Amino acid sequence: MNCSTSHINALENEAIYIFREVAAQFEKPVLLFSGGKDSITLVRLAQKAFWPAKIPFPLMHIDTGHNFPETIEFRDRLVEELGLELIVRNVQDSIDQGKVKEESGKYSSRNSLQTTTLLDAIEEFKFDACIGGARRDEEKARAKERIFSVRDDFGQWDERNQRPELFDMLNGQIELGQNVRVFPISNWTELDVWLYIEKEQIEIPSIYFAHKRKVFLRDGLIWSHSEYVFQEEDEEVLERMVRFRTVGDMSCTAAVFSEAADIESVVQEIRNSTISERGARIDDKRSEAAMEKRKQQGYF
Amino acid sequence: MEVLKIATAGSVDDGKSTLIGRLLYDTKSLTTDKLEAIEKTSKKNGYDYLDFSLATDGLVAEREQGITIDVAHIYFSTTTKSYIIADTPGHVEYTRNMVTGASTSQAAIILIDARKGVIEQTNRHFFINNLLRIKEVIVAINKMDLVNFSEQRYNEIKADFTELMSKRDYEDQKITFIPVSALKGDNVVNRSEHTPWYNGETLLQHLEALDLAAVSNVGTPRFPVQYVIRPKTDEHHDFRGFAGKVYGGELSIGDEVVALPSQTKSKIKEIYFYDKKYKTAARRSSVTITLEDEINLSRGDMLVKAGDLPTIDKQFTATISWMDSEKLITGKKYVVQHGVNKVLAKVDTIHHRINPDYSGIEENVTGLGMNDIAQVTFKLNKPIFYDEFKNHRTNGSFILIDTQSNSTVGAGFVQ
Repeated sequence: MNCSTSHINALENEAIYIFREVAAQFEKPVLLFSGGKDSITLVRLAQKAFWPAKIPFPLMHIDTGHNFPETIEFRDRLVEELGLELIVRNVQDSIDQGKVKEESGKYSSRNSLQTTTLLDAIEEFKFDACIGGARRDEEKARAKERIFSVRDDFGQWDERNQRPELFDMLNGQIELGQNVRVFPISNWTELDVWLYIEKEQIEIPSIYFAHKRKVFLRDGLIWSHSEYVFQEEDEEVLERMVRFRTVGDMSCTAAVFSEAADIESVVQEIRNSTISERGARIDDKRSEAAMEKRKQQGYF
Repeated sequence: MEVLKIATAGSVDDGKSTLIGRLLYDTKSLTTDKLEAIEKTSKKNGYDYLDFSLATDGLVAEREQGITIDVAHIYFSTTTKSYIIADTPGHVEYTRNMVTGASTSQAAIILIDARKGVIEQTNRHFFINNLLRIKEVIVAINKMDLVNFSEQRYNEIKADFTELMSKRDYEDQKITFIPVSALKGDNVVNRSEHTPWYNGETLLQHLEALDLAAVSNVGTPRFPVQYVIRPKTDEHHDFRGFAGKVYGGELSIGDEVVALPSQTKSKIKEIYFYDKKYKTAARRSSVTITLEDEINLSRGDMLVKAGDLPTIDKQFTATISWMDSEKLITGKKYVVQHGVNKVLAKVDTIHHRINPDYSGIEENVTGLGMNDIAQVTFKLNKPIFYDEFKNHRTNGSFILIDTQSNSTVGAGFVQ
């Protein structure tokens, strides 16, 4: 056997190493689970890292309440099948507590409101490491991110004063109140994740594959027609074959026209694509520095 | 497919980000939306060309100042290789970022502005690549368009650099020179019409042809125990697996191993990767190993092959790269993280500071400041198991952590 011939195996070995460092260096880690393909991939990698023992930390979903129902069904089934602990914290509660205000208008979304709910949950459970599926290839502010990224009590990312990361040594030493965001698939690209899903035959929510959906067009993006998404009267509802390349909540994720109904066709489509994955993220279109600003405030 | 990690080094305005942007553009790795964003911003800034550095300078401050502040990682792939490029800033004050970027790379690209030639900074860039024992170094002589693609100028720079090469202490390192214009795209991916006198490969051709096995640093197998897996379930009641990554070489079932520090001997019983058993664990694979005998092993301990022991000692001397604004001083205590093992260390002697431009050493040094490189002896509160860096890139390196700030304040290479 040879566990490190192909490049996917090399990435897998690195991710497993990172998971084990988290379990060894932190007292209370948590895996942030969105129901998207990247966090599903993380769950598989964590299984591999600790087998035959169970994954030694819970999953947590910061629920905006505006999810695709397919994602939630999938989440609950996965957790049950693997016997994992799932914590859910709701953005709605943060709104009800008056900590954040619902955005209004045409581009309103609960995406950035998640930060407050996340930081409250970190404090509630005293989590010292939050594992996430962010990748450096997604967005240029994320390209500057460390694998172990230290955040202060306010969850802030001090992008200009990051710890150097050398060789594969990960320094997880922190002070009380600080926490570390951990990104085991930092070095994976979108295509790598899809190739891995294909190779491992990992099940993912159906919305990643082509399906008929009621949508409308705005600013060159395909929006889901839904009670959670504000729609102008003159924005016509169409029924089209679409799929999602990235899954956030309904108000921040746009679809792509696609006929790719199975994993092989999706991989082929990604290979040939001329648009980046986050090109369909409405939240990134706000400004060139949209991600950097959100990250400084504690966003994932 | 293979993964090749490349570090870049160049001074401010040598065109590093532009070169990376050009690689992305000519390999069609830049997607339409990213390209549109670059076109829009280039136009807004009043350029009549596409500013490819916008593809990599991810922070607001970087775009404002037109400089790279922090290491960014850029990804692209061809049909033969997956590439990860560490875009490291070139300012003098950012040596730490260069060391950081180079620490995970197997190859490096050093950029030289053809108008300026080999400058003091070039010495530093080459020095760091030597210090970190990067096997494959590509010297990209950039901005050839601004010297009329002069062969004579190219040869002058090549001669100057070759003189620099005589100062290194690392003979295995391979150096390749390529005349390029990152801005115009000459010899980056596509062959230039302007350099008929150059018969070598373009930058991408060269990277594509690199043999990964040849640029990897192979040593003897070392297995630092990262985590002990004890499921305690009915099905796996007595399972006691040692999880870790294999460095330097391979380990196989039946291999006689010695556990450090106890020096207890045993044999490898099983090798697991997830739920499957394998006969051999390849270099750099993250496996779980079980042993024939019940011996006491925990995180930070190490398994090595019998008859192939590393040095076991409570002190060592290393070349260190200091990365913090607080000075390193004699007598101060730091945490040494050597792989996954942590020990408390005291600075015993600072022997001398090494000028990172091959201009010699400075003796009688009392403290080290940010970006200093020096030879230092540490005394440890318990022994570690190390190899010399030149023989083992993984087991010969460590980081230094400040006991109060918890920050990573330095990196070291054991001598």
